[in-house]
Amino acid sequence: MLNRRTFVGLATAVALTASSLLAAANDAKSILLQSTTSTANSGLFDYLLPLFTEKTGIRVDVVAVGTGQAIKNAENGDGDVLFVHAKADEEAFVAAGHGVKRFDVMYNDFVVVGPKADPAGVAGGRDAAAALKAIADVEAPFASRGDDSGTYKAELKLWQKAKVDVKAASGGWYRETGSGMGQTLNVAAGMGAYALTDRATWAAFENKGDLAVLVEGDTALFNQYGVILVNPEKHPTVKADLGQTFVDWLVSKEGQAAIAGFTIGGEQLFYPNATPSGS
Amino acid sequence: MADGTLPPVLTSSHPIGGLTPLRMTGVRLVRKGQVLLNIEDLTIGSAGVTVLLGPNGAGKSLLLRVADGLVRPDAGAVTWGGLAPDGTVRRRIGFVFQQPVLLRRSVRANLKFAMGISGLWDRRKADRALEDAGLAGLGDRPARVLSGGERQRLALARALVLDPEVLLLDEPTASLDPAAVAAVEGMIGRAVARGLKVVLVTHDIGQARRLADEVIFLHRGQITEQAAARLFFADPRSAAAKAYLSGLLIP
Amino acid sequence: MQDFGAAFRLAGHLLVSGDPDLLEIVARSLAVSLGAVLVACLIGLPLGALIGFLRFPGRRAIVVFLNALMGLPPVVIGLLVYMMLSRAGPLGPLGLLYTPTAMVIAQAVLVTPLVAALARQTVETLAAEYDEYFQSLAVPWHAALGALLWDGRSALVTVALAGFGRAIAEVGAVIIVGGNIDHLTRVMTTAIALETSKGDLALALALGMVLILLSVGVNAAVMGVRSRAVEAGHG
Repeated sequence: MLNRRTFVGLATAVALTASSLLAAANDAKSILLQSTTSTANSGLFDYLLPLFTEKTGIRVDVVAVGTGQAIKNAENGDGDVLFVHAKADEEAFVAAGHGVKRFDVMYNDFVVVGPKADPAGVAGGRDAAAALKAIADVEAPFASRGDDSGTYKAELKLWQKAKVDVKAASGGWYRETGSGMGQTLNVAAGMGAYALTDRATWAAFENKGDLAVLVEGDTALFNQYGVILVNPEKHPTVKADLGQTFVDWLVSKEGQAAIAGFTIGGEQLFYPNATPSGS
Repeated sequence: MADGTLPPVLTSSHPIGGLTPLRMTGVRLVRKGQVLLNIEDLTIGSAGVTVLLGPNGAGKSLLLRVADGLVRPDAGAVTWGGLAPDGTVRRRIGFVFQQPVLLRRSVRANLKFAMGISGLWDRRKADRALEDAGLAGLGDRPARVLSGGERQRLALARALVLDPEVLLLDEPTASLDPAAVAAVEGMIGRAVARGLKVVLVTHDIGQARRLADEVIFLHRGQITEQAAARLFFADPRSAAAKAYLSGLLIP
Repeated sequence: MQDFGAAFRLAGHLLVSGDPDLLEIVARSLAVSLGAVLVACLIGLPLGALIGFLRFPGRRAIVVFLNALMGLPPVVIGLLVYMMLSRAGPLGPLGLLYTPTAMVIAQAVLVTPLVAALARQTVETLAAEYDEYFQSLAVPWHAALGALLWDGRSALVTVALAGFGRAIAEVGAVIIVGGNIDHLTRVMTTAIALETSKGDLALALALGMVLILLSVGVNAAVMGVRSRAVEAGHG
């Protein structure tokens, strides 16, 4: 019978369960890392962070979003460490006083993927800009991130180099998904479109469908990752000591070796290249 | 009570300074250009059963609602023993509607709610009221699954358990079968015998004859006649009342 | 597509194996959404009831506004709550962003208009029925409010369930204010979004099936309690 007592009892039970579950965690030593989908979705963090936690006892909570949004979140003080891949923006972030100092951590590369039928005939090429030009010429569908991510910024630079005005083609053969790398690859797989992706996300992506890597190896496809401690003078809630420990570990011999040790299907996906002095 | 004479003032549990008489002066209610109620001067005294009689649409139910303060007239004054029918006065008046409004709770919880509003909850008293209504043993039944007659008896018991000084009844037996009507009228009769003032709206001439000590005949929002029941039924003065009593359909 | 078969097998396997990560996410989803619905009901039910039975100028405008709020996209709510809870926002010092509490807040904000709007409808119908009786008893407004909520409880439980459905199913708000942090703020819907973006459609679909089961379970449990109440005659 649904009487008053049952009602109050149910509500109390719900409240207690909820609060106990919600209160769990959060007292341990932890830092908040603002990072990108490529590092999280590739599985790098699942491999790397437990090593760090085991050594230091510091848990790393990762918010994986596009580089632009990660930087924006860090600018709001919503994070202790920033780990992204858009060097110019990262340097601007430090210059504006939001970050203490930027360190190179590792690099990988972007690749142009597309349908195996390859209507633009770009397969096997090494010149990314030329490949994009060819895609534009035949107006083959191209799925772009269309967000504020590091990958999108790299893509726009390539279009610029190819002298193609993609804004004019947007909605036509040039399709901006406005979403993450994985989502954009899903779209590309679904419509048989070309796309620019970082190699790590691609390697870990499980819905490749008819897509394959068509263009790689261009120096313009170089993709550098950097790490920055959010400036505690600007954002007093930043856990500076714990965050600095993480930054130091990433660029240390041990951290660098760990990054080099991460593989998918035997393929190394990130190449450590930290310089102790930073930039 | 229905013997046609106004009984003497009956003993009442309420002190002098009670709610009777009810007085209405210059009460008018107009909606969409139509005069629904036009009562120049009306006094209803403290004794027995006053029946508001008249055809459908005469304004009987409206008059009852105006009396209880549920509907505010456009003009005029309503007083109970000199007091306007505000919330305090309303709580001293019982009101039973044609379609009983029963809370979606048990029979007993319906009494409990009504009594609780005035801070008077008393389970034994509630059970006595249910017994009087012939509802003993149904206390835990959901009120809304009762039969029509049981529902109306519950509504009546729920009003009576608050010891009102006046009971207003709006066609309480309109949709009931004869046995249920008899049960409801029995409850009304017992309450009147205990000294309760009752104002009853009906268009059932037979019921008016059975219960009324005094009849007020209403036609098109106006009182055409107010008389002791014996006199009214023997010799109605107004043409409308004459026609109604003789069974004619009057507009 | 072979994904469907794979998803069914995977969903079954996930359920049978009692995968601890999955259980954790399921528990968190339940805690967050039930907590949010509890908060939404504590605010929305009385609010909706008040709007349902009080008569005041501007009431119709409020009703229209409330009904419109029901259609607010979760991502907008998420954004608003993010801006409030961000360290740079007015409630930043509380340090709630990227916590389950933030997710409860976001979902509560999302669900409260729904609960209030539906409660308003329920109570309005009931209030129309009770109106003259309450007037004749001169029932004070707070007692009337309590009686309307209590007597409407059967329908209001359905309202709460509708709120729970909207909360447990949404991803837009919790992914922004929770951040989809593993072992901290990851819930069923954000996990599904994550697996989809990794291209693991079978796992995403399997998680979706688990979510549906979860929703069915909660609804069945509540309806069970309710139908017993109806049998007992208090519906």
